[in-house]
Amino acid sequence: MVTIADYGKYETAWCPGCGNFGILGAMKAALAAAGLAPHQVLFVSGIGQAAKAPHYLNANVFNGLHGRALPAATGAKLANPALKVIVESGDGCTYGEGGNHFLAAVRRNIGLTVVVHDNQVYGLTKGQASPTSDAGFVTKAQPEGVHAEPFNPVETAVALKANFVARGFAGMPEHLAALIGQALAAPGFALVDVLQPCVSFNKINTYAWYRQRVRELPAGHDPTDWTAALAAAARWGDEIPVGVIWRGSRPAYEEHVPALAAGPLVGREMDRERLAAIIEHLR
Amino acid sequence: MRELVDTRTVLIGGEAGQGLVTVGQLLSQALVRAGWRICVTQTYHSRVRGGHNTWAIRFGAGEIGAPAETIDLLVALDQESIALHRGELAAGALLIADEGLDPQGTAGLRVPFAKLAAARQANVAALGVAGTLLGLLEELLAAGVEEMFGKKAPDAAAENRRALAEACRWTAEAGASFALPERPAAGGASRAMVNGNEALALGALSAGLRFYAFYPMTPSTSVSLTVAAHAAALGVVAEQAEDEIAAVNMAIGASFAGAPAMVATSGGGFALMVEGVSLAAMTETPLVVVVAQRPGPATGLPTRTEQADLEFVLHAGHGEFPRALLAPGNPEECFLLARKALFLAEMSQGPIFILTDQFLADSYRAVEPFEVRALPAVRAGHEGDVAAPYRRYAFVEGGVSPRLLPGRTQHLVVADSDEHTEDGHITEDLAVRDRMVAKRLAKLDVLRWEVLPPRLEGAAEGALLLVAWGSAGAAAAEAAAELRARGVAAATLHFTQLWPLDPQQFLATLRAAGRVIFVEGNATGQFERLVRRETGFEATGHVRRCDGLPITPAYVLRALAAQGMA
Repeated sequence: MVTIADYGKYETAWCPGCGNFGILGAMKAALAAAGLAPHQVLFVSGIGQAAKAPHYLNANVFNGLHGRALPAATGAKLANPALKVIVESGDGCTYGEGGNHFLAAVRRNIGLTVVVHDNQVYGLTKGQASPTSDAGFVTKAQPEGVHAEPFNPVETAVALKANFVARGFAGMPEHLAALIGQALAAPGFALVDVLQPCVSFNKINTYAWYRQRVRELPAGHDPTDWTAALAAAARWGDEIPVGVIWRGSRPAYEEHVPALAAGPLVGREMDRERLAAIIEHLR
Repeated sequence: MRELVDTRTVLIGGEAGQGLVTVGQLLSQALVRAGWRICVTQTYHSRVRGGHNTWAIRFGAGEIGAPAETIDLLVALDQESIALHRGELAAGALLIADEGLDPQGTAGLRVPFAKLAAARQANVAALGVAGTLLGLLEELLAAGVEEMFGKKAPDAAAENRRALAEACRWTAEAGASFALPERPAAGGASRAMVNGNEALALGALSAGLRFYAFYPMTPSTSVSLTVAAHAAALGVVAEQAEDEIAAVNMAIGASFAGAPAMVATSGGGFALMVEGVSLAAMTETPLVVVVAQRPGPATGLPTRTEQADLEFVLHAGHGEFPRALLAPGNPEECFLLARKALFLAEMSQGPIFILTDQFLADSYRAVEPFEVRALPAVRAGHEGDVAAPYRRYAFVEGGVSPRLLPGRTQHLVVADSDEHTEDGHITEDLAVRDRMVAKRLAKLDVLRWEVLPPRLEGAAEGALLLVAWGSAGAAAAEAAAELRARGVAAATLHFTQLWPLDPQQFLATLRAAGRVIFVEGNATGQFERLVRRETGFEATGHVRRCDGLPITPAYVLRALAAQGMA
């Protein structure tokens, strides 16, 4: 029996009131509910305050480079598909520095659970715009306000047919825990983009701002209807839907890799006879 | 000591798309199967069709590791090949060209290719003419044609066999003869034909490579294609990543999870991987990086050769950490050093580099088939008991902490790119930082115990000593052999490991020599400078090449003569 306590309790480097706490709590609850023991789980993160989340959990951790959590996680998953590999990082890391990797990982449909702390601002470097910042967002680095169109990760992931795409809110930890639980159970690439207030550097998208706009998807939403999913994913502004937006049915990438049919790569012996036959063929 | 080898060179020239590589491969393979040694040099342009490409085979009975500069048999698939290479023909050389081309006064065979074969099979007809002149039996050539076309396209195989037969018959009737070099002794016919990159991939696979990620880049691509071709059969994952940054991070992730991992790229791609290199060092994750050198900076000469990335690779990555640089000089060394690199990576828990280059990467040779059945393979991670609580970066004597694999025991494995505590968690405790730096650097001793000594050929005392590394070694050795044949005391010192260096292995040799000349494929003498930095040794002079072509024995001899040194 796995409990929330198995995932430990640590002192954090986060600001009081940070949205990260809600996500951390939801993550622990989801892992315990899924019955996953800490040693079965590998957290991979990049750099940023969100990327520190795995340090505050009792599990295997690979805390790599800024933007590069997805490729490192892809390698780990391919080496050992028996691991439950969870990527946890921020919007700058996942969608900015790691944008190309995000697109590629979704397209591969590699079996990762990806939880993004999306606070629409760069917190660790003290308040620059992020790829998901709304147009007009003013910062010291963007004194004229953001000109670029914000990146919509949920819409992109649905458009590229990731297997599972959800949007959650750090201010609704129980709802979020349920979303993460479903993401953990989904095969292939599962994205949970989490709306997360940054109490220090984002004075626009506050708890109150999100609470006014965040709405659970209506009961009638069919997450297997791609057109409806795209429409729900695109909705942003006065009303922002949260919940399971899209569920696909593509096989996970690791199921397509012939070398993995015989089980994880880790611990496997080299087949010397086969290699000898390959070399023999060069004569 | 190396003897001078009696050799001939066949050069096949034509446009990309004319089937030149097919002729080159089949002719090289037939020569190897007939017991000859070969050294292939490929030149090509950065384009899919057109341009002037060449496939040169230098062959003989003895070991050959460098190209010659003269041509004994020119197979010209177009007029440009005659115009461009006419001036490189040796005395008594022959030209094989279509009767419609202008031989420009060159002696040889004017072949009615249109009568012998359809245009599509003109290249195989050229193979028949060249092969017959070289004394290769039609059955031998036909076997290669059958292997190449038989399975995929039986109709094409039959048409090509007919074209080959017509060409062989025509050549025999034409009555031309070609003076072959001294023939090989019996017993060489069982050798295998591989190029440097293929041998490197096979060596890595034999050492237990399990994960390989890449973004295609000339001249590293054939490492990737070789691994990919055998990945399914050998239980290896070969992943084409979205970019080089992803490739190196995937390999690090896979290695962390327990799959021995390698990436291969070239200069520009390696530039993108550099941050990953220091990630491997900081997280103490085994990683092998192959850098197939080509001329830079930036895109440089994408399909040519150079040895100019030594200093880049030596210093790649921010911060300070141990590493090793290996530089094979021929396919046998590619195989062995790829194996060594995987073992060193696991032993030192960090990045290990293999420097090759376009010449070696693309150069086919006849090698004794690698015997892999009895070779050991790397075992990733620590298998014995460890103390609880497990600490990935435990301070231990020598700095190599027990490396457990995530998910394989009840212990938790925590790795971090930030400076970290013994249990892998981020820290800003500067005393811990100090100890962690020392722990990582202590692992250099693991690499120091394993340094490959340079190989001395000839007697160094008082002699003209040519110092070379990687693929330049064979050209230097042949130049030295030529000098000895002329009565000049000459020797070669060939390095296949560039870092770390152990001066005790070679400094006395350098000091004993009369004159010391560094021979390397770059403009600034990177290895000469490294040796000076590490030992204070001042070389007498140098031979350097950076025009994109491989160093040849003749180039070395010309450069020495120009400097009045030999």
